[in-house]
Amino acid sequence: MDDSDEIYGRVKQLVDNFNKKGVPVTPDTRFQQDLEWDSLTVLDFVAGVEDEFDIIISMNMQAEIETVGQLADAVRKLAKD
Amino acid sequence: MSDLFSKFDPLIEQREALLSSGLTDPFNLVMEKVESPTVAICNGRRTILLGTYNYMGMTFDPDVIAAGKTALDEFGSGTTGSRVLNGTYSGHKACEDALKAFYGMDHAMVFSTGYQANLGIISTIAGKDDYIVLDIDSHASIYDGCALGNAQIVPFRHNDIDALEKRLRRIPEGAGKLVVLEGVYSMLGDIAPLKEMVAVSRANGAMVLVDEAHSMGFIGENGRGVAEAQGVIDDVDFIIGTFSKSVGTVGGFCVSNHPKFEILRLVCRPYVFTASLPPSVVATAATSIRKLMHGADKRAHLWENSKKLHAGLKALGFTLGTEQPQSAIIAVIMPDLETGAAMWEALLKEGLYVNLARPPATPAGMTLLRCSLCAEHSSEQVDEILAMFGAAGRATGCI
Repeated sequence: MDDSDEIYGRVKQLVDNFNKKGVPVTPDTRFQQDLEWDSLTVLDFVAGVEDEFDIIISMNMQAEIETVGQLADAVRKLAKD
Repeated sequence: MSDLFSKFDPLIEQREALLSSGLTDPFNLVMEKVESPTVAICNGRRTILLGTYNYMGMTFDPDVIAAGKTALDEFGSGTTGSRVLNGTYSGHKACEDALKAFYGMDHAMVFSTGYQANLGIISTIAGKDDYIVLDIDSHASIYDGCALGNAQIVPFRHNDIDALEKRLRRIPEGAGKLVVLEGVYSMLGDIAPLKEMVAVSRANGAMVLVDEAHSMGFIGENGRGVAEAQGVIDDVDFIIGTFSKSVGTVGGFCVSNHPKFEILRLVCRPYVFTASLPPSVVATAATSIRKLMHGADKRAHLWENSKKLHAGLKALGFTLGTEQPQSAIIAVIMPDLETGAAMWEALLKEGLYVNLARPPATPAGMTLLRCSLCAEHSSEQVDEILAMFGAAGRATGCI
């Protein structure tokens, strides 16, 4: 997965908006260990992704998503349903 | 062997660092004697209590105490059984009748604590493939109720009506929906825009549960809570409450008009698989609830106390959780845990007990000195409290 992947590109753009520490973002970047967002940032970021793709990502699903690439895959699946 | 306690090391270190400075442990206070709903003896010192949930001051009400003593004599010290086996006495039914009368609702179910009421109702009514939409600042018992069940959990930004509506609209067609809200959020003492949120929830086909733990007895014309005050109580499906705040004892409950509500007594595990409340507890609760129905004067005085404390703290230069007083909780925002703990200790030495609240209980990593008023605080006590805040604030450099 790279920037030419449309959904990944849009997800990465949203990650960048909250990436205050300037961590380099790849599909393997981990939300918890690498980006280290607090719970309020996670909430706002998830809301941003939900609005961008008009989907709903429950906390149950979030628990399964560790990396930016995994999020893009989840979004792809949810947006298709 | 790996030590299962290793995961607590960061918290242990933080605590040790804080206490090594000689500070009194804010989470280990012992009250040696309790004189009234507003005064106790702590470390041999007379202390004004401003950190209890004793909003309506019922703990020393003579009728409440008499009812408890009679029940203790007539029914013994405990039931030693579940509500669905040998743990339902006439007192439990009388307590549920008092709740039905208090709320004007058809059904009431009493749990052993308020925590268990949320745990039981939420985990039982929302099943797999159902959605629970909840405010991000919800109480731990609500989150734990979600965790005990297996529904899809969707949080939204605190008190944000649009965020709630967007999420409700995106839930797949046909899925069951439960919206969980609180009347008063206990950390900052702010209230929810229930009028709008309940309307949005119903318009999107969701059932609504409102936890009114911190508003019962005080907010609303009959003390039924924020949903009553905002005129939407008839559109709320389930109200959760507790006996450990305004009612002045311990226990929890759910009231509802749902025609099938009674089936919960057989399927709700935190109701079935635990011992019922002791007879003396349900007797004190029932007596207190019936007295709270006629508590208009106390409610008015508690509002006066809340307004006076809020205005006074603001005038002293403290930063508060809400611009205007919205409940009996006034939260003073501290810059960090160290200052908050120092201020807490300074207040205790002045003779005032407040709650030190810290993450993860608080939103956005805040440290709070949480003050909760009682209808039994006199206006003079509120003056005393403000003087202590002034002295402690100056001594610790907070103001």
